[in-house]
Amino acid sequence: MEKKLFTIIIYTENIAGMLNQVTAEFTRRMMNIDTITASSSSVEGVHRYTISLWGEEDSVQKVTKRIAKKVDVLKADYYTDSEIFFQEVALYKLSTPKMLEKSSISRIIRHNNARVIEVNANYSVVEVTGQTDTIMALYDEFVAQDCVLQFVKSGRVAVPRASQAALGELLFDEDYKRKAVK
Amino acid sequence: MGKERISGSEALLRSLINEGVDTIFGYPGGSIMPVFDALYDYKDKFRNVLVRHEQGAVHAAQGYARSSGKVGLCIVTSGPGATNTLTGISDAMLDSTPVVVIAGQVSTAVLGTDAFQEIDFVGITQPITKWSYQIRRPEDIPWAVARAFYIAGTGRPGPVVLDFNKDAQVAMFDYEPATVDSVRSYIPYPAPSSAAIEEAARLINEAERPFLLAGQGVELGEAHEELKALVEKAGIPVARTMMALSALPSDHPHCVGMLGMHGNYGPNVNTNKCDLLIAVGMRFSDRVTGRISEYARQAKIIHIDIDHAEINKNVTVDLPIVGDCKEVLPMLTELVRPAEHREWIESFRKYNSIEHERVIAKAINPGEGPILMGEVARKVSEATGNSAILVTDVGQNQLMSARYFKFTQPHSILTSGGLGTMGYGLPAAIGAKIAMPERTVCLFTGDGGFQMNIQELGTIMEQGAAVKMILLNNNYLGNVRQWQEMFFNHRYSWTPMHNPDYNLIASGYGIASRLVVERSELDDAIREMLETPAPFLLHVAVQEEANVMPMTPPGAPVDEMIFE
Repeated sequence: MEKKLFTIIIYTENIAGMLNQVTAEFTRRMMNIDTITASSSSVEGVHRYTISLWGEEDSVQKVTKRIAKKVDVLKADYYTDSEIFFQEVALYKLSTPKMLEKSSISRIIRHNNARVIEVNANYSVVEVTGQTDTIMALYDEFVAQDCVLQFVKSGRVAVPRASQAALGELLFDEDYKRKAVK
Repeated sequence: MGKERISGSEALLRSLINEGVDTIFGYPGGSIMPVFDALYDYKDKFRNVLVRHEQGAVHAAQGYARSSGKVGLCIVTSGPGATNTLTGISDAMLDSTPVVVIAGQVSTAVLGTDAFQEIDFVGITQPITKWSYQIRRPEDIPWAVARAFYIAGTGRPGPVVLDFNKDAQVAMFDYEPATVDSVRSYIPYPAPSSAAIEEAARLINEAERPFLLAGQGVELGEAHEELKALVEKAGIPVARTMMALSALPSDHPHCVGMLGMHGNYGPNVNTNKCDLLIAVGMRFSDRVTGRISEYARQAKIIHIDIDHAEINKNVTVDLPIVGDCKEVLPMLTELVRPAEHREWIESFRKYNSIEHERVIAKAINPGEGPILMGEVARKVSEATGNSAILVTDVGQNQLMSARYFKFTQPHSILTSGGLGTMGYGLPAAIGAKIAMPERTVCLFTGDGGFQMNIQELGTIMEQGAAVKMILLNNNYLGNVRQWQEMFFNHRYSWTPMHNPDYNLIASGYGIASRLVVERSELDDAIREMLETPAPFLLHVAVQEEANVMPMTPPGAPVDEMIFE
């Protein structure tokens, strides 16, 4: 079976040790998580994990079901890129002297709709939100200008395209555990 | 209800009483001493079975749970006490056995400092439990205990761990009882889809060769009568997995035997001949399916299971029904048309008579030569009126006793199916006897597995647990030796066993025993064992190099069983 990029969105109770429970299901199969983002959701007390990874649909489906059945997991679903809106955020820490030296760097920032969020004599911090390709392309451009001090990119955050009820209603639907996985 | 100021340890015991617990399999130690100290004042409320090793505690709690349908409980200390339970917890996870393991933990203030006997027990047990939780405050005790028993015992059962910090054990607080009857993120009994059930009934009504596979879910769901009603009305032959041998009486006219690598010929062959396979509360383990790509390709498959994650896990099915079989089966029975499928059921008998001729007759009635495992199992079973609880260890003793024991009552087979834990049998038998003192409990074990938890003879001695232990001694790790003979060119790499004098060991524990070498003595020895109102070790010297047959070789299709 062909490997594809999948995004798994998981809602859990906000308790200590939950991340370990979720990631253990990947460890067991030696599936390598590409990105992971964890934070509180729009429902109080409910945590949301967005995990992206390359895998075969069959194993992604099985791992998602195993996560969904954990006692403190409210819901788990997996998606392909065409089924979600997703973004990542990146920060580029650039050398200010290099930026002053080469006007091309400012042009690159403007062309990519990046935001400068800090400037001081030593370094500047540039932020961009987008998809991996955009973020990495921008990184490559900065690297070509030899101005990158540090670079960091977040994991993706995503919302499903399919129209759905408000999260609260969705999570506490009596049948959600059975419906959780396609 | 008014509040009372008591210690966390006492609150634990009160909370356990609220859950109906009266039996503990426990072993004291440093970090659980306050609980054992409190237990000293509650001797009239609890029977604490002092095991001899914490692994024994979990297996005993498993035996207790599986034979009675109740949740088994262990209380152990932190560090090594806790880690010694890991095999039992894993076994309970794979075999869906409801047990709660409460382990002491160092005080909250020193967590993470590598304190004496500190280990990250929640971290270790998260992958092998339904729920694992650390109690750090006494106020959490009533809730955590109630939640633990609720989770362990409902839905698809499983093990739960409570890691109990020592400061929470000693702290005084205002105790208020708690109950838990729901967890918002947990649906233990999903409502089955009535559309799916209608579709299943249609498939059953249209099928010419329907075949039902009963798994342990039937026993866990107490759906014995419901299963019987469906198969009798719709004329469906039933094969049971090894975990579910007592889901339907062995002599029921619709019962066609046991599935699996060493199961019966008829059900294995007919798996690939049926036109409809109805799997109930079973999980298509590799030991049942053989080569998965050639498993029941010709059949439509209905899978009834309480656990959504089992659907399409190993075998892709045509029609899943997610629900409790006790609820689903009667709904199906209502909708199916009466049928007999006489010829189809007869076809199982035809294959089984081939097996009888080639294997079974010789196994249970060899006439001469060394004693065989199969004849011992059948004789013991018959001597108990086929009404005993069979507890097995793992290996040839397990496969042979599973093949030749017969069952008339529910909850009568206790065996380590998923994990295949050598050493499971002896402590599990103790747990079963303590839970069901009025029933005869027969342990079949081998010279390998018996020694893996042989220390529990001390528990038998202390408790006077009248377990009937049948030690089938072939001086080998028999099942591995069989594979070495068949697949590793007879290279018996570390499978011959240099054995101690087991009867002498038994007498060291004050346990009556008898060694049988001659066939002529076997009946009398079995009679003596069963008539003795105390524990008894029947040590039988069986043929050393005998194989369990028939067999689906590993990786072979389910219908390609070999007989020698």
